[in-house]
Amino acid sequence: MTQSVLERPQTAQPQVPTRSDLPPNLDAFGAELDAIRQAVLDDLGERDADYIHQIIKAQRALEVGGRACLFFSIIPPAWLAGTVMLGLSKILDNMEIGHNVMHGQYDWMGEPALYGKHFEWDTACPADQWRHSHNYMHHTYTNIVGMDRDVGYGILRMSEKQPWEPYFLGNPLYAFLLMVLFQYGVAVHELEAERIRAGEIGVADKREMLRETWQKVRRQTLKDYVAFPLLAGPFAPLVFAGNLSANLMRNVWAYTIIFCGHFPDGTSEFTIEETENESRGMWYYRQILGSANLSGGKWFHILTGNLSFQVEHHLFPDLPAHRYAEIAPQVREICERYGVPYNTGPLLKQFGSVVRKICKLALPWT
Amino acid sequence: MFTQTLTRRVLGSGLLDLLTGPHGVDRYTELVSPTWTRNDARARVVAVRRATARSVTLLLEPNDAFPGFKAGQHINLSVDIDGRRRTRCYSPASAEGQRLIELTIGRHENGLVSEHLYRHARPGMVVGLDKVGGDFVLPAIRPRRVLLISGGSGITPVMAMLRTLIAERYAGRVTFIHYARSPEEACYRDELAAMPRVTVLHGYTRAPEAGDLQGYFGAEHLAAATPEPDAVYVCGPPALVAAVREQRPDAISESFVPPEFAAEASGGRVSFLGSTISVTDDGRPLLEQAEAAGLQPASGCRMGICHSCTCRKTGGTVRNLITGAISTAESEDIQICVSVPVGDVDIDL
Repeated sequence: MTQSVLERPQTAQPQVPTRSDLPPNLDAFGAELDAIRQAVLDDLGERDADYIHQIIKAQRALEVGGRACLFFSIIPPAWLAGTVMLGLSKILDNMEIGHNVMHGQYDWMGEPALYGKHFEWDTACPADQWRHSHNYMHHTYTNIVGMDRDVGYGILRMSEKQPWEPYFLGNPLYAFLLMVLFQYGVAVHELEAERIRAGEIGVADKREMLRETWQKVRRQTLKDYVAFPLLAGPFAPLVFAGNLSANLMRNVWAYTIIFCGHFPDGTSEFTIEETENESRGMWYYRQILGSANLSGGKWFHILTGNLSFQVEHHLFPDLPAHRYAEIAPQVREICERYGVPYNTGPLLKQFGSVVRKICKLALPWT
Repeated sequence: MFTQTLTRRVLGSGLLDLLTGPHGVDRYTELVSPTWTRNDARARVVAVRRATARSVTLLLEPNDAFPGFKAGQHINLSVDIDGRRRTRCYSPASAEGQRLIELTIGRHENGLVSEHLYRHARPGMVVGLDKVGGDFVLPAIRPRRVLLISGGSGITPVMAMLRTLIAERYAGRVTFIHYARSPEEACYRDELAAMPRVTVLHGYTRAPEAGDLQGYFGAEHLAAATPEPDAVYVCGPPALVAAVREQRPDAISESFVPPEFAAEASGGRVSFLGSTISVTDDGRPLLEQAEAAGLQPASGCRMGICHSCTCRKTGGTVRNLITGAISTAESEDIQICVSVPVGDVDIDL
């Protein structure tokens, strides 16, 4: 079972914990985490409903305000303000609202507009595909190479456990393109590009998926790049540029935060064999080893959609995300007591180590 | 007029859907004013009266999305209590076709929504409206002699019929029998007394001497009211409905009480598709078993009226507690609030 771990080539990396270093008492460890979850569930109520309603209000106000400013973009400060507001709106929509609502974090409210199974978001990826690739595949098989398609999005080499091939010489280039085009990268997540590259499936097998994606991409494109610019009449090019910049701003931010969630130094990837017959405690343990937090202030956490609490999110993906900050000290304390590494750091340090990893894994001897 | 047409044109256009996508225009306009929605029927409470100690009367001003109702029908009303949306089914007491809807809501012991509204309803509060329905309605061609009978909070749909008939200057004869515990608990007593050309008879189960009729409904009450009505409408507890049916099997009825049932566990395996959860049948309705297992399926009246909880049964057999109907078909929509398993069942919540 530990074969693949032992055979891992030596690298200059600090020693990364693996599933084979299981701490004792994993059942008790799991039970303590379960208790945290239950305490939050028992306490859900008006405070959580008010929180998400406030965030939604802020997002919609930024969106309407941003688009309104862009109509006056002949004045440069209005263009800049409009673009930044629209970018922030898309960030809130995708991260603190869309991602979290689609996890079913607010299903308990019984409000149809916040129902995880029906929510749709302001990005190119169709929500139904996201619910499958993210909620199910990524959150269940987190960091298992060959199952969790978030490990490299089917185009990057993010782990030594992915065998090197000459294609990966372009790793930094693909990563850069994925960053600027992130919403489209997410939209074709279900394409399983790595299997198409390996010749296991053909593009024709993905016709239905591509049709759904195309419909969503078409509508988003018509909205941001045709309808709103045309409504601005002579200022159409400025509105077009503003919308493009807002989407770029969201793409870069979302990519940065998401790649800091699972790939900084100290996070582990796993093999399918390592994770067979997992208990609840072992599953929790893998989620913690595979995730990393970002430290920062209140507004930073909101803008990351509280994905800065990646560890807590992966333990309890269906708890309202604004609760992660409250339970993080308890989770950390439990981890310390059981000797489980708890990975956290500031954005620059974490992202720097991700960039280093992307560049390093392009090389054949890694 | 012109601005109205223009607004409708713009609001109804595909362009607006595109511009406000993917959330839709309602998700923006509702933030300006919660009743400003094109698709979601909502109402603002404009007046609150607590005429009796056991009921609260709300006057609601619905938005344009509300389709209207026929006298006798019921509406799903939603309120948020501690962050959770709660839906219950109520029959308006106001005449059909009016601008304002009047709801009189009886307090129930442990009644979450009725108690909340009794304590906290105030003008300005916004409630959701949904799913107007029910066959408890007057025929389009009004009968010549109508007998209306109600018990307790069952008065509301019957009151709507009565007010509708009066509003349309109905030329026939209406007799109305209402049963309450005491004169103080009889809603609409003064208004009924002031109605011209309506014979009103009260029966008080806990103060028989104060009423026009003593005891429970029977042949004497029918004879005292009106000998040969063309149509009989009854709304109230199941016992009242049964007593009326005994005298007049053609009576049209509605009962706002959850069905009584004896929990008979089949011991079958109930699997809730879309989750990993399955339970062993304990005899309760599927909705309660799903909730006990930690799931949150949509639900409303919880008595088989409003169809909010309708789910697709993909396999197995269930029994409807109200109709007694057995559903065996592979794939059939069932009301989970009043359906119990008969053996193994697969439900797609």
